[in-house]
Amino acid sequence: MPHLKTEEMIMNMGPQHPSTHGVLRLELVTDGEVVKSITPHIGYLHRCFEKHGEELTYPMIIPFTDRLDYLASMNNNHAFNLAVEKLLNLEVPRKVEFIRVIVAELQRIASHLVAIGTFGADIGAVTPFLWTFRDREVILNLFENLTGARMLYNYMWPGGVARDFPKGFREEIGAFITYFRPKIRDLNNLLTGNHIFISRTAHVGVLPADVAVNYNCTGPVLRGSGVKWDLRKNDPYSIYPEFEFDIPVGQGTMGTLGDTWDRYYIRCQEMEQSLNIIEQALAKFPVEDATDVQAAVPRRIKPPAGEVYARAENPRGELGFYIISDGGTKPFRVRAKSPCFVNLAVLPALGKGIMVSDIVAILGSIDIVLGEVDR
Amino acid sequence: MHDLVLKTLGIGDLLAWLGVPDGSLVYPVVASVFPLVFLIIFALLAVYAERKVSALIQNRLGPMETGPWGLFQTTADILKLIQKEDITPKAADKILFFVAPVLVFTGTYASLAAFPWSSGFVGADLNVGIFYLLAISSLVVAGLLMAGWGSNNKWSLYGAVRSTAQIVSYEIPAGLAVLTAIVTTGTLSMNGIIRHQEGMWFGLLFQSPFLFVAFIIYLIASLAEVNRTPFDLPEAESELVGGYHTEYSGMKFAMFFLAEYGNMFIVSGIAVAVFMGGWLTPWGTEPSVLMGVVWMILKSLFFVFFQMWLRWTLPRFRVDQLMYLCWKVLIPIAFACLIGQAAVEVYL
Repeated sequence: MPHLKTEEMIMNMGPQHPSTHGVLRLELVTDGEVVKSITPHIGYLHRCFEKHGEELTYPMIIPFTDRLDYLASMNNNHAFNLAVEKLLNLEVPRKVEFIRVIVAELQRIASHLVAIGTFGADIGAVTPFLWTFRDREVILNLFENLTGARMLYNYMWPGGVARDFPKGFREEIGAFITYFRPKIRDLNNLLTGNHIFISRTAHVGVLPADVAVNYNCTGPVLRGSGVKWDLRKNDPYSIYPEFEFDIPVGQGTMGTLGDTWDRYYIRCQEMEQSLNIIEQALAKFPVEDATDVQAAVPRRIKPPAGEVYARAENPRGELGFYIISDGGTKPFRVRAKSPCFVNLAVLPALGKGIMVSDIVAILGSIDIVLGEVDR
Repeated sequence: MHDLVLKTLGIGDLLAWLGVPDGSLVYPVVASVFPLVFLIIFALLAVYAERKVSALIQNRLGPMETGPWGLFQTTADILKLIQKEDITPKAADKILFFVAPVLVFTGTYASLAAFPWSSGFVGADLNVGIFYLLAISSLVVAGLLMAGWGSNNKWSLYGAVRSTAQIVSYEIPAGLAVLTAIVTTGTLSMNGIIRHQEGMWFGLLFQSPFLFVAFIIYLIASLAEVNRTPFDLPEAESELVGGYHTEYSGMKFAMFFLAEYGNMFIVSGIAVAVFMGGWLTPWGTEPSVLMGVVWMILKSLFFVFFQMWLRWTLPRFRVDQLMYLCWKVLIPIAFACLIGQAAVEVYL
């Protein structure tokens, strides 16, 4: 009956919806269970980060960077400090670099754990969510011991970090590594290899490499499409060149290259690589070095006039800070290039002719944090 | 059953003592309260068990604060739900919105009428008992559809349409699986089916490979019929917010909940009665009436636990995969089982 035209229905998914990972609104045009198009509407969590940046001194901006991607505060701190240090031409003590890399990689694991857990919950498996949060709790406790905060640390400062590792802290991290390795295996047994999970994710939301590159996707979304691009290797910063680690890329193991399963599995593999990096960093850690971690922090930060762009590999992709200084104590302009915003932009391209359930899977695999999308 | 309940619990004597004449309507009314009480107590404990089972699987403690080991948590929840404001959305279809939870619960409650608790302890030992059970438990579909449509909410509608498609489809493999067993027993009466299994270890389950496969098919299909993971699409929290009960609150919501847990027990009970000897002991002898009830409930509870176990382990199917599994996998296999078992009956 070709003359029968079914009516299309417009649905608002969000801003209050369990699977939009925050206050995101997706406008769906649906025909039954099939989605014709997706339009993301953002801005519900806009907090004027960039405008705040123009009104505050450099150290005062750091707590605001915590609140961008609030699941990866350490990495945000790191990226922002890279920019300020580049602007100041500041040499960072070697011990500080080690501390930074260790906490940044721990934060990456914590962030990926949330991504994997919520992704599982989106697909309908609730147990992995609680397992990953149990393991993330260990990392948060470590950070609490180190910084006094559990989510928003304000830990890295230009030229240094707020506090040195407490006594016995490196042993605790070592204990975490031995605790956590088998947990990744458990997680793979429970979720990654599950037949229903694979049938829900393989061949779903296939993002070809050229589309990913054209949309400027970064992080696991780009690597899931098989593009080997990781700033820790391709544009090294800090002391990452000293460590040996692999960059996992999507292989299309369970379905098509660049499908939802690939993007998911990248995160599982990256957690292992982060553990490798932390292990090496702990082994090479300058134990004898008694430098004060705040020694290189300038008393007054007043960079020369100029502009700078620095970027770092965050758990969700490339976070860049573009700072213009007019020679004062406050930046003239701060701009954050957010990976989540860019990755979210690819959703409409993926969301044509899919099922409503697939949106949830794709959005979960893109893994956005609305705090960073809206800034 | 009336006589039995009245005798066993001594209610008959009590009513007689109160001066209620013989043959009065009070007797059946009192007797029919028994399944209702059982249903409510079961739901209370099942919700508690569900929380504890999930806690066990997820390395948590579960409810611990309300009463010893949190035993009164569900009671507290029910008290909270009773006190809640009963909201009916402005745009809702008032009548449908009100009738839906009642209808859903009616299906569950009515199923218990033919539920074989024990020898002689069955509300109505109909000669089409299993047919009645399968039919009356489908009443839930109408309720869900009314809830979804009446809420006037797009998400609810999605949930209702999904659940209708799902339950109607999965009744076919479930029915075929039960038919496979009926081919052997030659009767539709619940107690007749169970009596046929006397002397068999674990009932019909291990009598032939066809019956074993049919049992597995029934188990899968029954999960879909009660909307449990991996077939919980109608209320898929992460996709449809709450599915058909998104707009429900207070006691109406509690009715859905009660019906859901009641249905878990009933489908388990049917599986046990048809394939695992019902109230017979696992080694196939006939127990006393009271022990029969114990065996029936114990066996059913095992499958209730099995459903909880699956729920906290597996992800959820997608709509098309659900239909694929039903029409292209389960139904052909169920047909093969039916024909195979029929051949066994005829030629062996």
